[in-house]
Amino acid sequence: MKPARFVYHAPTTLDATLQLLAELNVDAKLLAGGQSLIPMLNMRLVRPGHLIDLQHVSELAGIHERDGGVAIGAMTRQRQVERSPLVAERIPLLAEAIRHVGHLPIRTRGTIGGSIAHADPAAELPGVLLALDGTVRLASARGERTVAARDFFVDILTTAAEPDELVREVWFPSLPPRSGSAWLEVARRHGDYALVGVGAVVTLADDGQAVAAARLCFISVAGRPVQATQAEAALRGAPVTPATWREAGALVREELDPPADLHASAHYRRHVAGVLAERVLELAARRAQEGAGR
Amino acid sequence: MSTNGVERKRIRLTVNGAPVERDVEARLLLSDFLRHELGLTGTHVGCEHGVCGACTVLVDGEPARSCLMFAVQADGHTVETVEGLATGDDALHPLQRAFWEKHGLQCGYCTPGMLMVLKAFLAENPNPTEGEVREAISGNLCRCTGYQNIVEAALEAARLMRQLS
Ligand SMILES: Cc1cc2nc3c(=O)[nH]c(=O)nc-3n(C[C@H](O)[C@H](O)[C@H](O)COP(=O)(O)OP(=O)(O)OC[C@H]3O[C@@H](n4cnc5c(N)ncnc54)[C@H](O)[C@@H]3O)c2cc1C
Ligand code: FES
Ligand code: FES
Repeated sequence: MKPARFVYHAPTTLDATLQLLAELNVDAKLLAGGQSLIPMLNMRLVRPGHLIDLQHVSELAGIHERDGGVAIGAMTRQRQVERSPLVAERIPLLAEAIRHVGHLPIRTRGTIGGSIAHADPAAELPGVLLALDGTVRLASARGERTVAARDFFVDILTTAAEPDELVREVWFPSLPPRSGSAWLEVARRHGDYALVGVGAVVTLADDGQAVAAARLCFISVAGRPVQATQAEAALRGAPVTPATWREAGALVREELDPPADLHASAHYRRHVAGVLAERVLELAARRAQEGAGR
Repeated sequence: MSTNGVERKRIRLTVNGAPVERDVEARLLLSDFLRHELGLTGTHVGCEHGVCGACTVLVDGEPARSCLMFAVQADGHTVETVEGLATGDDALHPLQRAFWEKHGLQCGYCTPGMLMVLKAFLAENPNPTEGEVREAISGNLCRCTGYQNIVEAALEAARLMRQLS
């Protein structure tokens, strides 16, 4: 058998799950969709003594409108999010980006909470959550707390969650009026992890001719999703013209410091990040103008 | 339940329409359960970490990697494998017929995964474009065919299935 032996738990309530997690702590791993955890178990990269399967904890599933945004239970499958009319209407950036997560047979099992908790620096959903300035609700036997995306992602596969905490829900705010969003990425093959990916939100001024505010977040360029704050600052008040997007792209190349790895050199990543920034801002601004709400 | 200190769990599921009940170790992958416990060796295993798609089966009608699921997670669910496609020796599923006629396979290693992914895909999209077919099979690797004939077979199967319905 591929994985080493473990004790399997299948709690049916959140309380029972949190109790187990408090008792077993670092000796336990939560099993959500298994699309990242089971490969690591199969390769014996991790050997937890206990596995706590979350699939029967019904409190963790579901998509709801809340507080001017959409709250998604941790165990909601990525495929359900992709198919949700509510998500398509209210959080179009999430609907657009989630199609890039692996392949369909991965997304039928993979969950929203699993992707956020796993915090792979090349994963789309953490980038979307940061771009939209969303939050993560954590639960433990000690209580609950809400952490902003910018504080949640710490480093490669590392988050602000303690070993006895689980991701209960992820909240994505809807866009303000006169805003558009867009997601773009470059990957070697369809469905592969992105070499560079970027999400943008552009909010236009009342007259529609200038940028009131912009958010620009990259994945796969550091140990965690990164907000291009200098480019964002320069975009504030800038006219809606190709030169504005070009300048933002140039700033992105200066402020990002991507790593080199097997898949791409640092130079290539920096170049692609600049090109994608220009394109994604243009697209998001166009959508804002068209009032498509995207 | 425990024998020799090894914990086993009773699972009940439906495989290709028939009820199945077994005691399994929790770390048994669904792919190994199908192949070793049930003898359904049509489900192939290639990479065993989710990348190749050879092990794809349908769980509650949706394609999933059986190498990235434990058998215990399938408890109470419905699983379909390539063995469930044909209704008899002489009654190949339209997908199988199309793969045969259009030469959609060479060694056949990727074929069960291709067929299962396409079964779910065509149920949702009975009249796909070539581009949509290519995207549907993008998570399934084939080392032989160059994909061209697989795409043609999928389009042919869609035609056959539209005629039948
Ligand atoms: C071939 C392949 C390609 C892929 N491509 C991509 C891609 O392009 N982009 C992408 O983003 N992802 C990709 N993935 C990963 C996929 O998106 C996973 O679904 C996701 O990373 C993890 O979600 P999961 O539900 O499967 O979690 P699991 O694998 O079950 O868990 C992952 C980790 O998170 C922990 N965890 C799970 N749920 C919780 C929770 N509620 N609270 C706290 N901790 C929790 C687990 O203990 C584990 O450590 C790919 C996977 C495969 C196999
Ligand atoms: S064997 Fe399961 S995806 Fe390769
Ligand atoms: S036919 Fe040989 S791998 Fe596809």
